[in-house]
Amino acid sequence: MSRKILEVNNLTKIHGRGCPLCLESTGPEADTNICPHCGSVVAAHGVSFDLYQGEILGIIGESGSGKSTVVKTLYFDDAPSAGEAVFFDEEAQYDLYSLNAAQQRGLRNKRFGMVYQNPHLGLNFNVSAGGNIAERLLMSDVAHYGAIRERARSLLVRTEVLENRMDENPKKFSGGMQQRVQIAKALATRPPLLYLDEVTTGLDLSVQAAILDLILEIQHELGTAMIVVTHDLGVVRLLAGRTLVMKYGRVIETGLTDQILEDPQHAYTQRLVASAL
Amino acid sequence: MDNIILRVEGYAKRFYLHSRQRSIPSATDVNLTVRAGQLTALIGPTGAGKSSVLKGIYRTYLPSAGRLLYTDAEGHTLDLALAGEHHILELRQREIGFVTQFLHCLPRQPALDVVAEPLLIRGVTREAARKQAAGLLERLAVPQRLWGVPPATFSGGEKQRINLARGLIARPRLLLLDEPTASLDAATTEHVITLIQEMKQDGIGMIAIFHHPALVERLADAVAELSSPLSSPLSSPLASPATTLTEETIEVIA
Repeated sequence: MSRKILEVNNLTKIHGRGCPLCLESTGPEADTNICPHCGSVVAAHGVSFDLYQGEILGIIGESGSGKSTVVKTLYFDDAPSAGEAVFFDEEAQYDLYSLNAAQQRGLRNKRFGMVYQNPHLGLNFNVSAGGNIAERLLMSDVAHYGAIRERARSLLVRTEVLENRMDENPKKFSGGMQQRVQIAKALATRPPLLYLDEVTTGLDLSVQAAILDLILEIQHELGTAMIVVTHDLGVVRLLAGRTLVMKYGRVIETGLTDQILEDPQHAYTQRLVASAL
Repeated sequence: MDNIILRVEGYAKRFYLHSRQRSIPSATDVNLTVRAGQLTALIGPTGAGKSSVLKGIYRTYLPSAGRLLYTDAEGHTLDLALAGEHHILELRQREIGFVTQFLHCLPRQPALDVVAEPLLIRGVTREAARKQAAGLLERLAVPQRLWGVPPATFSGGEKQRINLARGLIARPRLLLLDEPTASLDAATTEHVITLIQEMKQDGIGMIAIFHHPALVERLADAVAELSSPLSSPLSSPLASPATTLTEETIEVIA
């Protein structure tokens, strides 16, 4: 059986000062993620799951369900309010939120990759497509100019970005092409763990299909473990073996993806599936 | 000789619909066994829960009752109803295959790669996997001009053969077949029958739902007959009238 690569326990993120009543006053039963007593937003609470090497885990939910918060805290874009996450690397294991800033940056630059819905968050629009990849390679201590350029070229070819556009600024690229550059950049250091936050949202259907295809090919080739955050049930159906369903910051259901879609247990998931298919 | 690979004991499936606060029975008290190299046919009227049994074994449905005792390649017996999700995913990858009536695949992928995919996941090289896929498509009489085309635009019978080839290529130990010949003509059905017979000789155990009694007669070593859960005395007292059952079941599982 394959190895565990990530273990998340009781991850919680509260925006605002918080009060003793926040947790009991929010969630699916309370039908809100805003605490009526202090106005804080409970973006995520009590989120726990395991991820195995090479596995794709889906997180589905509507806007405000906390699904993006989970990957943002795992990628250190945001600090959690409580909870822990352990990353099992090849030879060491890291308690993510006990690390200092430099150690966190090291994991983020070398061992984790992130692809955002908004390319502005993942790409530097002041440098070329190739330069974006070079940036990430430089941060992870690859310094030979020729080696960097060759690696950037092969990554862009792999993600089907035309080689002759390598020196162009990604600002000029289409949305689908920008996502490909983001994926190439995220993969530059061959990370064992990749986070994908609504990567196909807002793209044309044909472009969406091509990006999903690329993601799955990469998973087959490199065995990269991934967390795929999406509101699109079709995306988890195609990509994820297991899926978590979130609402108002809580995980309300988890299971094999086909079981979540064909035999949903929770009232909310039943509504979600019935309205989508 | 004890070569039983699956023993289903008292399997039942009910759906609870929160929106109607009602329980819908889908299968009740199903008992069957599957032996290596043999085919067990599931028969019964529409609505008796035949697909529900296959989906319960594959864990697309969470069983409501019963034990699904599977003996794996290493000789360990486990209850599929209770096995962990990672364990089920692993069995799906290596041992248990399911040919459903619907083909879910990546939109852009050519038919040949759709069929080859289960081998790629197991680490077979792309070239070798494609070669095997081509061999199977040829045997199922899928015209070669279609191999490089994504199956989205294929006819029902063509899609079904792609799905079948994808299920057979992985050579699982236990194969679940949901009406594998439903949209095929007589000649193509014969190709499928020959393939199923070969798989039996290779020791693969199968459970199959067939339309035609003739297929059951030719291929089945054992038969499990299901009756409608509504007419069964074990049916839940919450059971709804038959007229609404089909409509709501479709709504849930569509």
